[in-house]
Amino acid sequence: MEKFAIDNMNLYYGKFHALKNVNLHMEQNKITAFIGPSGCGKSTLLKSLNRMNDLVEGCKITGEIKLDGEDIYGNMDVNILRKRVGMVFQKANPFPMSVYDNIAFGPRTHGIKNKKELDRIVEESLRDAAIWDELKDRLKKSALGLSGGQQQRLCIARALAIKPEVLLMDEATSALDPISTGKIEELCLKLKDNYTIIMVTHNMQQALRISDNTAFFLLGEMVEYNSTDAIFSAPQDKRTEEYITGRFG
Amino acid sequence: MRLSRFRERAMQGVFFLTAITSIAAVVIICIFLFCNGVPAMAEIGFFDFVGGQKWAPTNVPASYGIFNMIIASIYVTAGAIVIGVPIGILTAVFLARFCPAPLYKILKPATELLAGIPSIVYGFFGLMVIVPFIRENFGGNGSSWLAASIVLGIMILPTIIGVSESAIRAVPESYYEGALALGATKERSVFKTILPASKSGVLAGVVLGIGRALGETMAVVLIAGNQVQIPNALTDGLRTLTANIVLEMGYSTGLHRQALIATGVVLFVFILLITLSMQAIKSRSEKNG
Repeated sequence: MEKFAIDNMNLYYGKFHALKNVNLHMEQNKITAFIGPSGCGKSTLLKSLNRMNDLVEGCKITGEIKLDGEDIYGNMDVNILRKRVGMVFQKANPFPMSVYDNIAFGPRTHGIKNKKELDRIVEESLRDAAIWDELKDRLKKSALGLSGGQQQRLCIARALAIKPEVLLMDEATSALDPISTGKIEELCLKLKDNYTIIMVTHNMQQALRISDNTAFFLLGEMVEYNSTDAIFSAPQDKRTEEYITGRFG
Repeated sequence: MRLSRFRERAMQGVFFLTAITSIAAVVIICIFLFCNGVPAMAEIGFFDFVGGQKWAPTNVPASYGIFNMIIASIYVTAGAIVIGVPIGILTAVFLARFCPAPLYKILKPATELLAGIPSIVYGFFGLMVIVPFIRENFGGNGSSWLAASIVLGIMILPTIIGVSESAIRAVPESYYEGALALGATKERSVFKTILPASKSGVLAGVVLGIGRALGETMAVVLIAGNQVQIPNALTDGLRTLTANIVLEMGYSTGLHRQALIATGVVLFVFILLITLSMQAIKSRSEKNG
């Protein structure tokens, strides 16, 4: 089933044409990976999906992006959109507060005040992010004291706590060691049963390991989009082939 | 080669001298205050001086109790905090996160200008505008605790705004983005993530403001009424420690004069406590990253 549909989408930063006529339909309960060299627009596209690009001055978008058939740049409330489409950033960004309050921030934002309910959500989210056992005795401790890998999984738990439908991951493992990366990849494979995951990655091995579909971007253009197996075994476009065989990028 | 080394040495000497100058100033002030103030405290009796409620230096026998003025200083400062801190912090939040750029170009220099206005001008403003306003609307003769607190509340604004704004700007943008990405509104993101994250810097601004309010003299003398009493109402007059010194220094002699310097010692200890608490806040925030 189709979750996100991007049609004839162009994005400009002022005069700079950052994304050129992108057409991309992403499926539910799948992991879609965006790959491509730095500056190709893949992160920009990801940030358009929960409208974090609204923060960038001079950013203009034409075309359509639909979530379950509904135009996200139309009448949809941006705060509701971001509740439905959660995001994990490249650099782990836990709030400077306790582990518990970090997870409870989202639910509280959306009106949940009941302590029992919050306790339940915190435990469930941490379990879903496979970090409950490590943190259950440290719920009241500052989240800034955690290791980098733990912080990133905490951020995933924080995003899961608002029950999103889609999880965007912007190079979420690029600052982590291989063991933490492995844990998060494992987590993604588990999470796709319940969530749709869209990830930007610099690491082609990672895309190959966990994604179902892959889109390759170059200079603001989406060059090729196909199942991950097809992209890596039989790329249709010469530029895709050159990139995945390491001839540039 | 030798010349450049000589130059370096000479400049080192100059820097050392300039550094020593400011330190020497602090040390000399301390020595002066304590040498003149402490004997007076001993003569009057420390508890009679600090805890005494009667200030009558020209009576025979004279009384030198400054308790009422200590309380008055604390009251006036507390009033200034109640008025200045909420306005100052919210202004800082506005300037740092909500203000449109063209408006910022006007507002920012305006708040800085507030810091440059001489305190006597604040006093005049209080005397001409605030004192009559209080007299007509709240009763009393207008020169009062309330008048002093309002003016001091305004006077500490630039300190609180300036320090708080830079503290708020120093908070990593990632906290803000993280909160927005969870579906929080801009207001909620700012007040629940950015402001709490900047709290030690904001607190430092507040403490600096308290120091300024406590030490302010000229404006307060003009509008506080200067009666030596613990006020029962906001419209009652009071006399602060600083006002006491400036009012009587001109004609005092002997023990009276020394008692005024001892008043300065008490003020100095207050400021010292504030500076120390500020250092404590700073080192705590550095520890917490």
